[in-house]
Amino acid sequence: MDNQNLIPTKASVMDDLQEVRAMIRRHKRKDILFALVGLLALMFALLTLLTLFIDLVMDGYPRFNTEFLSEFPSRRAAHAGLLSAWVGSLLVMLVTFLTAVPMGVAAGLYLEEYAPKNWFSDLIEINVANLAGVPSIVYGLLALGLFVYGLDFGQSILTAGLTLGLLILPIIIVSTREAIRAIPTAIREAAYAVGATKWQVVKDHVLKYSQGGILTGVIIGMARALGETAPIITIGALTFIAFLPPSPIGTEAPFVNFEWLSSGFTVLPIQMFNWLSRPDHAFHINAAATGAIIILVTLLMNGTAIWLRYKIRKNIKW
Amino acid sequence: MDQATHVVKAESRNLNFYYSNGAHALKGINMPLYENKITALIGPSGCGKSTFLRCFNRMHDLYPGNRYDGQIVMHPDNTNILADGVDPIEVRMRISMVFQKPNPFPKSIYENVAYGLRVRGGKNKKVIDDKVEHALRGAALWDEVKDRLDDLAFNLSGGQQQRLCIARALATDPEIMLFDEPTSALDPIATASIEELMTELRNKLTILVVTHNMQQAARVSDYTAYMYLGDLVEFSKTDDIFIKPKDKRTEDYITGRIG
Repeated sequence: MDNQNLIPTKASVMDDLQEVRAMIRRHKRKDILFALVGLLALMFALLTLLTLFIDLVMDGYPRFNTEFLSEFPSRRAAHAGLLSAWVGSLLVMLVTFLTAVPMGVAAGLYLEEYAPKNWFSDLIEINVANLAGVPSIVYGLLALGLFVYGLDFGQSILTAGLTLGLLILPIIIVSTREAIRAIPTAIREAAYAVGATKWQVVKDHVLKYSQGGILTGVIIGMARALGETAPIITIGALTFIAFLPPSPIGTEAPFVNFEWLSSGFTVLPIQMFNWLSRPDHAFHINAAATGAIIILVTLLMNGTAIWLRYKIRKNIKW
Repeated sequence: MDQATHVVKAESRNLNFYYSNGAHALKGINMPLYENKITALIGPSGCGKSTFLRCFNRMHDLYPGNRYDGQIVMHPDNTNILADGVDPIEVRMRISMVFQKPNPFPKSIYENVAYGLRVRGGKNKKVIDDKVEHALRGAALWDEVKDRLDDLAFNLSGGQQQRLCIARALATDPEIMLFDEPTSALDPIATASIEELMTELRNKLTILVVTHNMQQAARVSDYTAYMYLGDLVEFSKTDDIFIKPKDKRTEDYITGRIG
């Protein structure tokens, strides 16, 4: 710089400013470009799903009535309904929920709060993460060997529920651990500092503050289980079933029975698969309607998860 | 030092501390805590003052691999609280702690203060009510929150949250209270109220406070310890250490030559 430029004149400042402004404009162009690419990617994903859903709804539209939900499957497409399938799905999901949630949450809690951190817990961690990526049909084969033949549970609701339970176990474990990890060290130390034991910290704080995250994981896992087909086929779900399993709630004491656990069953995706594989086009309408219902229920479950997480997290700021 | 006129509440004897990564964070610390006095720990970042403070309630036990060597003896019962046979939980029942950032639980104001009592098995509502009120009064927070004890603690301001944490630490009648840079996240007005509170609390218990702020140490403490690189360089009455430090390193720190 020569001496004359040491005292900035209005003109030189304006020149510099022009340059800076041009640079900012150049940089901002990249902002817009990236936002555009991101938006396109998002739209591609959303539109595909939306098209699929609308297509299913339009195809299945004639079957959206109460009979479709209250009738058993039938040889005549127009009278075939989903009753045994949705009841089957509900009962299978009940078994899945009752087994996978306590096991998954307990396992996640143990790994995060109690297990010593060494090569063995690292190994377990890698394995749990891997389990989430195992193809579902492998779980079906495992269940066929273990539950159907090994433990002689047969091709029952119990077998299906346990199989799907295993399938979503890693999802629940991982989401439990993540929810627990989100709790700041400072809160944990605060609880320990007043003299709490580990279990008191877990019960009064860790579980309470991670509820939202755990619940989200549970619901997302359950939604995944609802749509699973391959492992259920592998363990031999029936495809045409014109009866309901015995009711879990009896009219006489002790008001609960467990016969339903060993009953044969079908579930929504299996019913859909069955209808789809028939040559008669009328059944394809039923399949489309079933598909739309499965997607709708899944969306509802995920929506509930998001809403619950928001509700629970509202009171927690960190 | 006129140790004779003061009662020693606790003292560390040749205390060494090693982190799990092998770092030798405290090197043979010998230091008394006088009863009903405030002792301040000062020194540059990483000098071990927080590490030393957290030995007093065995906070290091929460993380595997940390190792103590030496003793912290509490009086009058002469218990070495670092001994293997002493449960850290028992230590934390006697020595409570206030942290750097206000860390109330995401619970109501009332439940925050009551938690220490509940941990001790307190069930009687009347007793807990009384102790909660007493602790909140002790922390100079009662008048501000008495009408909204069921509100979430997060709705309080930062300074109020820190006083709530002091109430939580106070509710269980501790013998010693540890403050780990209690005002570093607060504005000057909130800082002043916490400092005033500390000088009042001195009448009931013994206080050990870590501070980054030398003026704060000068304002509130009776004794000051200057630590540097894991060593206790100098310990004496606060007035003495700030006016005529004996060690060159202390003088350098206090006059701002190192920091």
